[in-house]
Amino acid sequence: MKELGETGEIKSLKDFWVFIRNELKPKGKILTTFNVISFPIILLGAVLVVIRLAKGLGSVTNLSQEFPWGIWIGFDVMVGVAFAGGAYILTFVVYILRSEKYHPIVRATVLNGFLAYVFYAGAIFLDLGRWWNIINPIIGNKFGVNSVLFLVSWHFLLYMISLFLEFSPAVAEWLGLRRVRKILASLTVGAVIFGIALSTLHQSGLGALFLMAKDKIHPLWYTEFIPVLFFVSSIFAGLSMVIFEGTISHKVFARQIDPEHHESFDHILIGLGKGCAGALFVYFFMKILILIHGKQWSLLGTPMGTWYLVELIGLVLLPCVLFLHGVRYQNLTVIRMAAILSMLGIIINRLNYSVIAYKWYVPLSQRYFPSWMEIVITLSIIFAEVWVFRWVVNRMPVLRESPEWATEEKTVRESMTMRKEVPRWKVSAM
Amino acid sequence: MGIDRRGFLKVLGGGVAGAALGNLLTPGRLRASVTSHPTEFVGVLVDTTRCVGCRSCEAACAEANHLPVPDISDTSVFEKERKTTVSQWTVVNRYETEKGEVFVKRQCMHCNQPGCVAACLVKAMEKRKEGPVTWDTNCMGCRYCMPSCPFEIPKFEYHSAAPRIQKCSLCWERLQKGEKPACVENCPEEALLFGPRRKLIEEANSRIYKNPGRYVTQIYGEHEVGGTGYLYLSKVPFEQIGFRTDLGTTPYPEYTKGFLYSVPLVLLLWPAFLIGVNALTKREDERRGGR
Repeated sequence: MKELGETGEIKSLKDFWVFIRNELKPKGKILTTFNVISFPIILLGAVLVVIRLAKGLGSVTNLSQEFPWGIWIGFDVMVGVAFAGGAYILTFVVYILRSEKYHPIVRATVLNGFLAYVFYAGAIFLDLGRWWNIINPIIGNKFGVNSVLFLVSWHFLLYMISLFLEFSPAVAEWLGLRRVRKILASLTVGAVIFGIALSTLHQSGLGALFLMAKDKIHPLWYTEFIPVLFFVSSIFAGLSMVIFEGTISHKVFARQIDPEHHESFDHILIGLGKGCAGALFVYFFMKILILIHGKQWSLLGTPMGTWYLVELIGLVLLPCVLFLHGVRYQNLTVIRMAAILSMLGIIINRLNYSVIAYKWYVPLSQRYFPSWMEIVITLSIIFAEVWVFRWVVNRMPVLRESPEWATEEKTVRESMTMRKEVPRWKVSAM
Repeated sequence: MGIDRRGFLKVLGGGVAGAALGNLLTPGRLRASVTSHPTEFVGVLVDTTRCVGCRSCEAACAEANHLPVPDISDTSVFEKERKTTVSQWTVVNRYETEKGEVFVKRQCMHCNQPGCVAACLVKAMEKRKEGPVTWDTNCMGCRYCMPSCPFEIPKFEYHSAAPRIQKCSLCWERLQKGEKPACVENCPEEALLFGPRRKLIEEANSRIYKNPGRYVTQIYGEHEVGGTGYLYLSKVPFEQIGFRTDLGTTPYPEYTKGFLYSVPLVLLLWPAFLIGVNALTKREDERRGGR
């Protein structure tokens, strides 16, 4: 775990290639359970991708004229982007509200968000029938400015750039590029502000995609407020993902984390739990208001109504209560359970809009179920993301401390370290 | 004390760039409302009381659009309700109603303000100023037009490496040559009438008034989803012959309008607000003895 910056040995392009080649080699054990399971799946997924590109979507998916969007949109993109919401919320808390408490997890979250966009929004690429035209809305062949999807596509692109800028100081620290790091670090706040605005709009924009499916989505789910619901739910979806991912990272990458951060992590989890509880409550309240104003009471007695209540009570209200309980009694196990429940709630919610409550009137025999190949490709994408995440965390200062030269600069510039011990009132503001 | 000027300008710069870019990139001008165009939309009036179910229109459509020509003498196709497919842009269905058999030709409705056109992020779906809704090859194949169509008309070629969206184009190529749509020209019973939409509505109304009892007093497509190019007359209520009567009269692009209008606003106000909060917390930090 030697940082290049400390030794500063890159002098020529040749050195650089040698360094990169060394870094590309695997570090750590190769035959782990995770690798043994994930590698064959990724290989199989790659084969299926080739088939899909050669023979069309129908060769690997169960999509139909009735159900044009399956799990690649409903799960990979819709859920993936919601789970990536942690990045914009944490950067808001750390860089805008300047809450130092969450600083240790901000890089991992931003990295996770960036990779989620690259991989899960990248899943769009597989889902596009005419994928070679993916640049058309960017290069202006033609600009469909009336389309919600036009907005979403531009925002995806710009947000990926913002997230990369937010993460880029870590890359510069890895490569030992002092001057570049300084420039990149100075862009962070701008990228954060821009990124938050973009996130607000495309998180809600994903919901707005369904506004024109008015006649196809069950009235208990269809409301003109879908965009607002998608935005608010992305808050607890993102934070729950941070809890989930952080918990795993702290076990897997325990060696890299200094003991001080290990201790503070419990407090961070409780703070995140508090944020989740708040967002879930607001979301629940909005759902109830919409239900009352929509006058859809009678539908609650139908099978779809039961399903609606499962989502609303079991996967929104219950995790909300669990989060509150966990925060109140400082019980991390309960908080982690609540995070998993609320993530499940997001998965169900997004799938409801795209698959389950979508054309609920179509009989079961003609409904869409994902094919095993769609599931394998989805798993491949998830595993590939985890592989890249692990590769980066093992090499760049994501969970571990930045190299000394970088922290020195930080100290001078923002007087970070001085404030580390100061108890802060703001942390509870989440 | 206070924000140092460099930091302030830096943050401000980011915000202003964001706002400017946002203005440029957001759909501020919604041009889906094309109703006020000087050229009149053309359309087709389908009088289902005249249709005998000969399916000549299906054959003519296939020939004109280079699709596999169906065997129209085969009446077994009427046994179940059919939908248009990638290779059949129009289909005739038979319905048993309280007033006997009714045949109904279905195809793209060519909405005045189409959901599919508002959905398309590359304007591959286009509402021509003459009325037809057409598809072009700059399409990405995202299939957003499919859930956005109230009549579920766009059909996607799932088994092709270069798939297209397939649907009736109101014979756009023939229209440009001054010809009528193939289905209209080949209808032996004059059940189909081609012309400017306004005149078709006049004709439909006059048929309703002149033949009391023959028609229900509704022209399907006059107001549905903001009006459609294809208009239908029927002797039985439309829900009995396979039409959705719960679609409302709001044009589909209207449903996303509110969201799209809020976009430039959010992109302007949100960064400004965030810059303000950022500046406030910085001052707070400094007062607490940071620097």
